[in-house]
Amino acid sequence: MAIEVKHEIFPKNPKKSYGLVELVKGTSPITDKEPETTVFTWPNLVFIELIAILLSSIILIALSLYSGAPLEEMASPDTTPNPMKAPWYFLGLQELLVFFDPWLAGVVLPGLIIVGLILVPYIDVNPKGVGQYNYTDRKFAIWTFSFGLALWYIMIVVGVYLRGLDWQWYWPWDDWELHKPPSAVSLIDYSLILTSWGLSKGGAQIVAYATVVGYFVVGMTIPFIFFRKFYKELGFARYNITMLFFLMMMGVPVKIILRIVFNIKYLLVTPFFKI
Amino acid sequence: MVDFFENLKNKIVETQVWKSIFRHGFPDTDTNRALVMFSNVLLHLHPVKVRKSALRIRYTWCLGGLTFFMFILLTITGVFLMFYYVPDTRSAYQNIKDLQYALYFGNLMRNLHRWGAHAMVFLVWLHMTRVFLTGSYKPPREFNWIVGVLLLVLTLLLSWTGYLLPWDQLALWAVTVGSKMAEASPLIGYSGPFGKEMGMRVDNDIRFMLLGGTVVGQSTLLRFYVLHCVGLPLLATLFLAVHFWRIRKDGFSGPL
Repeated sequence: MAIEVKHEIFPKNPKKSYGLVELVKGTSPITDKEPETTVFTWPNLVFIELIAILLSSIILIALSLYSGAPLEEMASPDTTPNPMKAPWYFLGLQELLVFFDPWLAGVVLPGLIIVGLILVPYIDVNPKGVGQYNYTDRKFAIWTFSFGLALWYIMIVVGVYLRGLDWQWYWPWDDWELHKPPSAVSLIDYSLILTSWGLSKGGAQIVAYATVVGYFVVGMTIPFIFFRKFYKELGFARYNITMLFFLMMMGVPVKIILRIVFNIKYLLVTPFFKI
Repeated sequence: MVDFFENLKNKIVETQVWKSIFRHGFPDTDTNRALVMFSNVLLHLHPVKVRKSALRIRYTWCLGGLTFFMFILLTITGVFLMFYYVPDTRSAYQNIKDLQYALYFGNLMRNLHRWGAHAMVFLVWLHMTRVFLTGSYKPPREFNWIVGVLLLVLTLLLSWTGYLLPWDQLALWAVTVGSKMAEASPLIGYSGPFGKEMGMRVDNDIRFMLLGGTVVGQSTLLRFYVLHCVGLPLLATLFLAVHFWRIRKDGFSGPL
């Protein structure tokens, strides 16, 4: 409700600038926020942090008293342990060595994971879901991230708990002291399968290249044609980067399945590297 | 009697020494609760006031804070371990044995350091997952997500370099596995794609640089020790400072 001003107690001085100052009842100064939605950090947050620190300390001390850090025989280059295992957080990558060459499993794939993670905020243009657990508005993002995370953890669990002597598959109830016979099936290259179907060597090589390139081309094209909204939201550059990383990530389980089901060792053999 | 202590307290609080250290009374009034956030360097990481919903544990699960606490805990226990550890292949293993069996609280410190390290790696992953699921990396916090990814890499490197230090079979061969991967790096590893074409040999590639030799040996132990105790923690501290600074400036994404 507007109040009519009959006469001003303090006439406006044109040389000065004025701001509205309001007097409200309260115990502390505050700006931009409704008073009832905020509380003092001390003690409300500081004490929660203190409790979290104390609880985690108690848990760690209890764990330390219950289970000690392992210490094996002194390091000796003459005796190689079997199996030879990396620290648990790298065992996912070591497990990948079963399916990929070391340059891919140990260097390029982890490198791509890091680069891909760094790119996340720049390729995800969806403005929704900031500051809340929101699945409905970000289904693609959540599914992709969760899939990668699941892959990472599954590989670690396999590496830690299911790989024994000679990096063979051991169930928990198997005798872990006993060597398993080497696998009866031998792995063959994709191009060899193709030649056995009657293709010439050169032809098989071309088909092998076409398969790998085709995987990416088809993978890039399908959303482009059928999910126009997805493409339009991202734009050309972001779409290509997103899909490239997405397809490379999906390529890992694809190769693993090809290896397990069809005993394919390499999909593509070039003079420089093998995939 | 109560008066006596009350008077004593007032006398102490009014001395020059006390006033030079504490600029305000105990934070039980609103003024002091604000002042404590300004005057205490560690508390200064916080804003004076937070939204009520920020206190919902089920939003952050305290994961970032706990990761930082692990870092502090590892620094403290790590300094303790450094008093007794010499990065020499002839004595390192015996030093660890001494820590385990001969020194008061030596074993507890070593176990705490080990569990803290496991916890830190795991907490960093969980923190990152939480940040992703709540979309907290979206503008204006994109850069802080990058800093976070770098901190994740640093955490893994810290953990990995520490793995070698006990100089037992576990350490030696875990690092051997890791360095085998380094030698397969494209372009800069001698057995990796295009490595030989780039002129890489066993004694000049990335693995050689990492190990300080062609096998895991004394130079490797020293390199990993220096990186683990000085180089990487300094880098991590730097990035942590940026990480906290940015979140303080940009504000928390959601409930916190």
